[in-house]
Amino acid sequence: MSDQVTKIVIVGATSAIAEHCARLWLNAARCEVILLGRDLAKTERVAADLRVRGPQSQVSAQQADFADPLAIGRQVDAICATGPVDIVLIAHGSLPDQAHCQADLQANQEALAVNGISPVLFAEAFAGHMQRADRGTLGLIGSVAGDRGRKSNYVYGAAKGLVTRYAQGLQHRLAATNVKVVLIKPGPTDTPMTAHLKKDGGKLASVEQVAQEIVKGMAQGKLTVYAPGKWFVIMMIIRHLPHFIFKKMDI
Amino acid sequence: MVAISSWGRLSRDAHRIEALHAPDQVARQLAASAPGLPHGMGRSYGDQGLNPDGLLWLTTGLNHFIAFDERTGRLVCEAGVLLRDIQRMSVPRGWMLPVTPGTQMITVGGAIANDVHGKNHHAVGSFGDHVLALELARTDGSTVHCGPALLPDWFAATVGGMGLTGVIVTAELQLRPVAGPWFATETVPYANLDAFFPLADASEAAWEHTVSWIDCLGGAGRGLFMRGNPSGVINRPEPAARTRRMPLVPPVSLVNGLSLPPFNALYFHMNKWRAGRAIAHYEAFNYPLDNLLDWNRMYGPRGFYQYQSVVPRSVGRDAVQAMLDAIASSGEGSFLAVLKTFGERAAPGMLSFPQPGVTLALDFPNRGPRTLKLFERLDAIVAEAGGRLYAAKDARMPRSLFEAGYPRLAEFMQYRDPGISSAMSRRLMGV
Repeated sequence: MSDQVTKIVIVGATSAIAEHCARLWLNAARCEVILLGRDLAKTERVAADLRVRGPQSQVSAQQADFADPLAIGRQVDAICATGPVDIVLIAHGSLPDQAHCQADLQANQEALAVNGISPVLFAEAFAGHMQRADRGTLGLIGSVAGDRGRKSNYVYGAAKGLVTRYAQGLQHRLAATNVKVVLIKPGPTDTPMTAHLKKDGGKLASVEQVAQEIVKGMAQGKLTVYAPGKWFVIMMIIRHLPHFIFKKMDI
Repeated sequence: MVAISSWGRLSRDAHRIEALHAPDQVARQLAASAPGLPHGMGRSYGDQGLNPDGLLWLTTGLNHFIAFDERTGRLVCEAGVLLRDIQRMSVPRGWMLPVTPGTQMITVGGAIANDVHGKNHHAVGSFGDHVLALELARTDGSTVHCGPALLPDWFAATVGGMGLTGVIVTAELQLRPVAGPWFATETVPYANLDAFFPLADASEAAWEHTVSWIDCLGGAGRGLFMRGNPSGVINRPEPAARTRRMPLVPPVSLVNGLSLPPFNALYFHMNKWRAGRAIAHYEAFNYPLDNLLDWNRMYGPRGFYQYQSVVPRSVGRDAVQAMLDAIASSGEGSFLAVLKTFGERAAPGMLSFPQPGVTLALDFPNRGPRTLKLFERLDAIVAEAGGRLYAAKDARMPRSLFEAGYPRLAEFMQYRDPGISSAMSRRLMGV
């Protein structure tokens, strides 16, 4: 790996989890990193940070339109035209307010679009290029929330459920190739955005730990990565709880 | 509302939390939400970073490097960057933070706001001595750019200013060249305080880092003097990172009257036996406790106090001896007891802690009134010696001792941000 340059594309590069994954990749190898973000200034801030951390690597930032399928296609085509991609991490999304989405269908649609449709369009756009190159790892960030709908956040959960099924389909389609599709399901993570959810500091996983598990899981080409791993067990139970019990739970 | 404790775990009060996301938005965010208090890693021990029932602005999201010049060693970064991240980024490139305290798990902003010092104070001064510039956001929505030459009064108020002059958003730091991550170290046991001072004096010229562990039980003041220098190229593999976590809060403090005498004796004799020269990685040498995550849980559910004083050298020996005697006769005890001489230099901040003399840092499990009673006796010794206590460690010093120890307080008050206050500022400054 040492004299090979790893080409990495991160969609939604300002997400804390994505950013910490990028830091780990830069520490491990010489990379060409392309960061995509909705807000160019914020994405440039991440790029500057990564340039300091990995001076041998090349880091660039691009503005992306997450909602426009034509723009997504053009941008991905342009990125892949300069050479095959080794790692793609699709990490964008935003945690919507469930009550607001129930009251305002416009907000509901936007939440479904940015957390569900947009990530899978990026995945689809990259998948074709990666299939033709017959190489690379495509990581899609879903969520434990996508494993079972529940009243406190089923709009977000449904969007992530779409990502889950889409990833499964891509895994099936690309099973005979060298392309790995990895579905990542982080549990609640301690990022600046979730500071207000923090109860004791111990309840939320650290973003560094979550990123480490993602990077490791993607390197191993796992089908699904729960980060941290304990969420595999927790969600196994949640998924299998019979409805007569589940309906009584206030989650 | 979120229950927040500081490192001493003496309280668990409810706070509102607002994360600061982007450097260019901080001033606007402060103006919209003040009053509040900046809060980084929460590593100060007492009430300095607390604002019960009020707002904390969390700075840890401001964790980006902005630029690093490998030729000059100048680093520009956001104030929520951890010292650990700076070290890990810069050491492989031949640069290191000139000053770090006993943990690297603190933010740059916190290091400036406490003007932290390290074992090499006599050689290089405190953290603020290496800050070239900083950007301060105020709750009136304005931004102040200052440094040692640019608005030096604002700079001197903010270095050591406990976060009360504004929120530090970015800083430019001068790093120091190093040959690698290794330190050449030597441990020298000493029998009593009279042996400590000559050892400290003799070591200052040739050793950049000096510190000593002191056995505060028994009153004699035996200890282990540790000194170290950054070492030239040594080809050794980097040690694997190995951290353990204190998994739970024990029902009683593990540091107590039963455990301390054998623990201190064992620690002294083990290290006396192993004394001599060695090579140590900078992380092991400088931050031994960082490998035991959540070590502050060791003191049980009631938490613990730190008591760190500095007294002038002329009365240093007698004052330290008097403090050791007071501790011995009180029946309280300390394991993490550290004795160190500070260099003869003026600190950069109006409220900086370091001053020429000798500093003694002690930890005490919180045993309520008995512990506080001991502190009153120690306060009297520090006051008589013309010394001061370290605010980063404090949770209880009387306002009179604070005012006596920090003569530039009145000058500092002119630079306070009226939209910022902490439990500590209300306790020690009235607002």
